[in-house]
Parts: sequence; structure tokens; C-alpha cells
Amino acid sequence: MSVDKLKQIALGTIAASLFFISGTALADYMNVLNLTEGVTPTSKMVYDLHMKILYIVTAIGVVVFSVMCWSIFHHRKSKGAVAAQFHHSTIAEITWTVIPVIILVIMAIPATKALIFMEQTGDAEMTLKVTGHQWKWKYDYLDEDISFVSSLSQDSNDARQMGSGIDPNTVENYLLDVDNPVVLPIKTKIRILTTAADVIHGWWVPALGWKRDAIPGFINDNWTYIEEPGVYRGNCAELCGRDHGFMPIVVNAVPKAEYAVWVEEQKAMQLAAAAGADKEWTKEELLEKGAAVYAANCAACHMAEGQGIEGLFPALNGSAIVNGPATEMAMLILNGKNMMPAFKDILNDVDIAAAMTHERNSWGNTVKDVVQPSDVKAMR
Amino acid sequence: MSEAVLHDDHHDHKPYGIGRWLFSTNHKDIGTMYLVFALIMFFVGGAMSMVIRAELFQPGIQYVDPQFYNSMVTVHALVMIFGALMPAGVGLANWMIPMMIGAPDMALPRMNNMSFWILPFAFTLLLSTFFMQGGAPAGGWTMYPPLVLQLGDGFPYLVFAVHFLGISSIMGAINIIATVFNMRAPGMSFMRLPLFVWAWIITAFLLIAAMPVLAGGVTMLLTDKFFGTAFFDAAGGGDPVMFQHIFWFFGHPEVYILVLPSFGVVSQIIPTFSRKPLFGYTSMVYATASIAFLSFFVWAHHMFTVGMPLTGELFFMYATMSIAVPTGVKIFNWMATMWKGSMTFETPMLFAIGLLFMFSIGGFSGLMMGITPVDFQYHDTYFIVAHFHYVIVPGIIFGIIGGIYFWLPKWTGNMYDEKLGKLHFWLSTVSVNVLFFPMHFIGLAGMPRRIPDYNVQFADWNIIISLGGFVFGLSQLILVWVVIKCVRGGEKATDQVWEGAHGLEWTLPSPPPFHTFTTPPEVTDATAHS
Repeated sequence: MSVDKLKQIALGTIAASLFFISGTALADYMNVLNLTEGVTPTSKMVYDLHMKILYIVTAIGVVVFSVMCWSIFHHRKSKGAVAAQFHHSTIAEITWTVIPVIILVIMAIPATKALIFMEQTGDAEMTLKVTGHQWKWKYDYLDEDISFVSSLSQDSNDARQMGSGIDPNTVENYLLDVDNPVVLPIKTKIRILTTAADVIHGWWVPALGWKRDAIPGFINDNWTYIEEPGVYRGNCAELCGRDHGFMPIVVNAVPKAEYAVWVEEQKAMQLAAAAGADKEWTKEELLEKGAAVYAANCAACHMAEGQGIEGLFPALNGSAIVNGPATEMAMLILNGKNMMPAFKDILNDVDIAAAMTHERNSWGNTVKDVVQPSDVKAMR
Repeated sequence: MSEAVLHDDHHDHKPYGIGRWLFSTNHKDIGTMYLVFALIMFFVGGAMSMVIRAELFQPGIQYVDPQFYNSMVTVHALVMIFGALMPAGVGLANWMIPMMIGAPDMALPRMNNMSFWILPFAFTLLLSTFFMQGGAPAGGWTMYPPLVLQLGDGFPYLVFAVHFLGISSIMGAINIIATVFNMRAPGMSFMRLPLFVWAWIITAFLLIAAMPVLAGGVTMLLTDKFFGTAFFDAAGGGDPVMFQHIFWFFGHPEVYILVLPSFGVVSQIIPTFSRKPLFGYTSMVYATASIAFLSFFVWAHHMFTVGMPLTGELFFMYATMSIAVPTGVKIFNWMATMWKGSMTFETPMLFAIGLLFMFSIGGFSGLMMGITPVDFQYHDTYFIVAHFHYVIVPGIIFGIIGGIYFWLPKWTGNMYDEKLGKLHFWLSTVSVNVLFFPMHFIGLAGMPRRIPDYNVQFADWNIIISLGGFVFGLSQLILVWVVIKCVRGGEKATDQVWEGAHGLEWTLPSPPPFHTFTTPPEVTDATAHS
């Protein structure tokens, strides 16, 4: 193959790939390049630091790579270069030890300042406790007595099943949307406590400028101060099992007055829900609710028809536990086992009773009885 | 010298059949077995990464269950680190160290046999978990509790596989230290050792210090799971984060266990093809030693987000940044070796220069992540995936591949096919950048690591990344082709092989006889390191 032919092929390939990139809208690529500036003083500080360091290492890279390239092009045997035989230079070695030290000190100063600023968790006006569960987040507003569970929105959840036939491009905020977003007031110093119920998770909203692990048995404290209203999305950052990729975070930052209204609404809703546990439910009511609870919480592993996945997740259809005494089944759901998460803090008594009733009456299962929320309440 | 060689030739009767390999105590045969094993595991681990890239080619779940995807991510890392990179490094050490220091063989040849033959058994344990209830390990190669404790029947197999790999590595390390300390030829003082040998002594000490820590950590996991202890369970007074401290106290030195042998290889290749002695030999030795020493004080930079006290975060930030200094010294020394040399660009040199450029890119992103406040954003995103793959693939693996091309004519007596070697280099270099560079972008833009599916905004880059991955994976088949072709025949290699090669190994015939240096050579400044 001649050199010209090779050049033609190389140019053709470059042109074709440029066409390919522009064809799928160059803008799509350019939007996904860099860190977000975010909406908190911390995130802006972190962004500035990131850009500063990026410029410094890029400059070092340009200098070092240029010297290397110059050497590669000029000191080659084919150009008649004769090898010098030096193998030591104290001055050069001291120079390339001292200059990096100076650059590192220049980087360390703003980094230390930023870190000290980020660790000032005192003087918070309100506290949000975030608990990671497999695979959803629970939020407790410690000053308001509000708590709720936030999980992947139903349309994302439908689309992400294998062979769902739903194009993710048609789902709004695919995998970054939840049923119950966290609502937070803007221009308020909020302490955010992270912890977990089962395994380690990581709570991360890029626009806030940090992420922090949620560790079972320990509480980490962090803070944020959101400057602009908006919806900010994030993910679990720490591998936490099968559905690690499917427990997003949505923060809905609103003005203080709007937040106060939301708080009152939530309190009313929580009172209504608490009343449900003591009432006697009909089988039809439980079956209807149970199907929805099952789809949202159980179907990911045990699958829509209760068939499970061979070798990984046991089938519920025909399972000895599902067809056995209700107490044992309830204890397993409440406390979890191996990969099965504990649901005691995620689902309320009505949800668990409904899901159990659904499972015991569905597919080939034969018990066909009714589990009342009050039964579950008694077993906690 | 030549008389000694002829004398060796005379007694050159090799054992034959399967027994030659099963019961081998010969450093060359064991080296070959290590390298072949590493190559096989490189393709096993590579096949897993192809599954990962196929699943990530488009948003949505197309091919594998998320749980199996997590197993792929986990076992890909374990196989690549413990099955491909470490055995490849030990294989090079086995082949080259006795020939470089003028020793007849390794100091402990039977232990050498055992440390190799443990490996196939360890990986049988590990890979058999794919067929067990609960599947293969899926909690990440870092094995963080409590997640790892949720694994089903495969859990004890994972723990014992890690134990066996640790025992194998420690035996290999003891052997290398015993060999270099006791079996150097007369006149081969420490400061005359080739840099590859130095890199391996330091690596061996790191192995002996770090591997038992990992073994202790996984044993604690085992007793937590089966014997009711609560080392890592807060409900019993333990702490899940303590495991991370233990793991990374092993894990960070492990990074240097992987990279130092490659640095050693590059320190042999660059002077050879620059036809110029290595610049700053002494500072190279001290820089390598101080990198190894510092590597024990930076472990917590892998876990900045667990919530350490401010003073801890500051300490580990400063300590991490300080590693940039000796690493910089090494890079600058290699550059100064090339400077005013008379360079030619055979395949080993191309891979070494590729390492220089692309390892530096990994170094830059590493420095960025050493800065704690910004690491809170980078941590656990594709930015870190880009970083460590730049360090490992065009860094460590390019070093190992460069070493294979460099010494293949010595091992086989035949020159490899230079055209195929260059094709392998250029395809690998282009595709490895297409594969890993865009990961910086999607990581910064907010794509977490270890997820089987992602928001559609990341779809365009993921297509490009996957295409790069497929091309890179396929390109590695060229290496197999080159090696087979070279073993079967080719232009005969001279003893020196390369015009600029210096050192004892290049005074031996190509291929060297089964036993070499039964009479130790005399080493003077003139015949010492390149």
C-alpha cells in the first residue's frame, strides 16, 4: 500500500467520523464534557478549583509533551543523531524536583481553604436525614416530623426492565426521576445527615457540589445552601447491589414560602396514612394496593410473574415461604435476608400487608388468605 | 564468558512431556507458564469487559441482568489484577532476573513451582462461583462489607481464592528477594543492578508488606459471615469503614505493585533504543523507593467520601500530592534519557513512549483527584474509571507488552514480525484513547461508575467508548498472533538482539540454553547496567 493511499484512508476516516459526530448533533457531545458549576457556594468553589487545577495540569502536559515530541522528532537515528553519553545532571534533577513542589504548594493553598469551608457544618437552620436503602432513599425532616421514601419513577422503572420494548429516549429524565422528590427551601443553611439501613450507599447531587457515603450504623454530617430554585438530579454513587443504578435523587429547591405550604400538606398526608394501619381492609382493597406495591418494590428481583431469576433470586410462585405461615413471611420481609433488603423502614404496615396478600393470592400460590395491616403492625 | 556458555550447552537436556511443566523448577519454564497464564486471563478478563461495553453501548438493559452486570464489573477487576497483571509481572521477573544478575536460577526453585501452580487452582475457585447459588461476586473487587456479605454460596470461594492468590504472590516475592540478595554474580553490586531488577526488589517488599493485610481483611469478612464476629457490623460494635481502611492499606501499595515492574521494563527499553545510558540511575532508584514508601501513607484518598475528620482529609491530600514529585522525577529521567539520544522506534520503544505519554495523562487526573474538595465530585464517577484505566492499560499493560516485544527475540531466538508489532501498537494506542478519554467527560458530567444503564444524555459518548473498547479488545489478538509466529520461526536473532542493548542477559545466546550462568560471570562497570 502506498503512502498516498494510506493518507487517503486516514483522511477519509477522519472525515467520516466528523460527519458521524456532527450527524448526531455535536451539541450533544459538547454538553456532556465538564463538571457542573452548581447552585451552592460550595459547588462554585469546587468548580473554580477544578478549573484551576485542570488548567495547571494541562499547561504542564503541553510543556512536557512538547519537549518529548521535540526530542522524538529531532533525536532520531534516521536523522543522523549521534547519541550523547551524559547520564547525570545535578542541576537538572534539583530543578525538576523543586518546580513540582512549588506547583503543588500553589495548588494546596486554595484546596485547603475549600476543604475547611466545606466542613463548617454548624449553624444549620434545618436538618434533613437521608437514609439509603436497597434501592431507594428515605428522607426524614427532623424538625417537621415528615418522612417519606423516594424511589425510581414508574415510567423509568418500566422502561429499564430487560426487553421492555420502551425506548429510554421517550422517557422524560430517564433514570433520574423519582416518585417523591426531596423538597428543600432555598437560601437556607441545611444540615444533611447521611446514613444507611443495609449496605453503604452514596448520596450525590452534582449541583450541590459534593457526595457523601451513607454508612449503616454511622451518621455523616454535611451541609448545603441552595441559591437558586430549581430541580436538581443525582444518583447513588456507591455500589449497593443489583439496583444500584436505579435509585436516583431529585431535589426540588423552592422559595421559603412555597416550602412552608409543602410542609403543611405533607403533615396532613402522613396523618391520613397512619390511620390506615388500624382499619380493617377488604381483600379487594388489599389486592389492588398489593399489586402496585409489588410492582414497585418486589418485581425488580422476584420478577413480574413471581418467577424470580434462577440461581440469583428465588421464585415466589410456589415458594414454601409464601405458601407458609404469614408470620414467617412477614418477618422475612421486615428484616431481610442475604440480598433481600429489610423493608421495615421502607414500607408501612398497609403496604406490607397488601403485598403479602397479593403474593399469597397470585400465580400458582394456594394459601389465598388475607393479611391485615394490623397483623403486620403486631409483628414489628 | 563464552566458554561458560558452551559448557552450559553441553548439559542442556530438558525434561520432556507434561512433567517438564508440572514439576518444573526452571525459572525460564516457570516464567513462560506465568506469561501464558497471564495472557489467558487477560482475554478472560477482557471478554468480561466486552460484556460490560456491550451492555453500555445503548441506554436500557439489553443483554444481562444488573446483578450479572455487577458480577462482570467485579470479576473483570479481580481477574485482570490478580490473574493478568500480577502474574505477567512475575513471569517477566522469573525469566529475566536470574539472567540479568548472572544467577543460574531462582534461589528457591521448588517454591517457584508452587507459587505458579497455586494460580490455576485459585482462579478455578473464583470462576466456579458463576455456577453457584447467588452467582459470582458482585459487590465490586474492593469487597466492601456489608454488601459483599450478601453474596450467596460463592462468598467463601471468593475469600479462599484471595487467600491463595496472596500466598502465591508472597512466595513469589520471597523468591525474588532471596534471589537478588544472595545470587548476584561477582561484581554485580546493588547499584549496578539493572533498573528492572531494582523495580522488582521494591515491588517484592511491597507485596510482603501489603498482601497479609488483605488476607487479614478478608478473613475478618469470613468470620463476620460465618462465625458471628462483628468486625464490620456497627450493630455489634464494629465499623464497615474499618474494612475500607484495611483494604486500601493493601490496595494503594497494590497499585505500585502493579506499576513498578512496568516502570522497570521501560527503564530497560528507553536507554536501549536511545542508545544512551539511563539518565539519573541513582535518583531513579531512590524515586522508586520513595514512591513505594509513600504508598503506605495515602490509602485514604480512595475513600475521601466516607466522612473523615478534616485533619485526616488534609493529611491524606498532602501525602497524595507529594507522590507526584518522585513520579515526576521518573518521567523527567526517562525524557532526559531520550534527549540527545539516537532513537529508533521498534515496537518495544513505541510501547514505552506510549506509556510515557498516557501514563502521564493518568498521573494528571490522579493529581486532580488527590485534591480532596474536588474529589468529592469526581469520586465514584467515570472520571475515576478513566483515571485508573489510563494508569493500568496504556500504563502498566503497555509496559508489559513492551517488555514482551523487547525480550521475545531473546526468549525464542527469532525476531518477531515488526510490521505486525507496529500495527498492534498503533491500533491499541488509537483505540485505547477512544475507549478511555471520553470517560473523563461523562464522569465530570455526572455519570456514576458501576451502573448497567444510564440517562440518555450519556448515550452518544458511550457508543464511542464501546466502539473503542471493541477495537482495543480485538487488537490484542494481534499480540497472540505475533507471539505464536515468533515461537514458530522467523529471522534469527543475534545474542545482543538490539543494537543498543547492554547487560548480562544480552551476552547469552538467543534463545538462552535451558540452564544459564552455572558458572557466574564477572561483572565490571563496563558490562553492568545499560
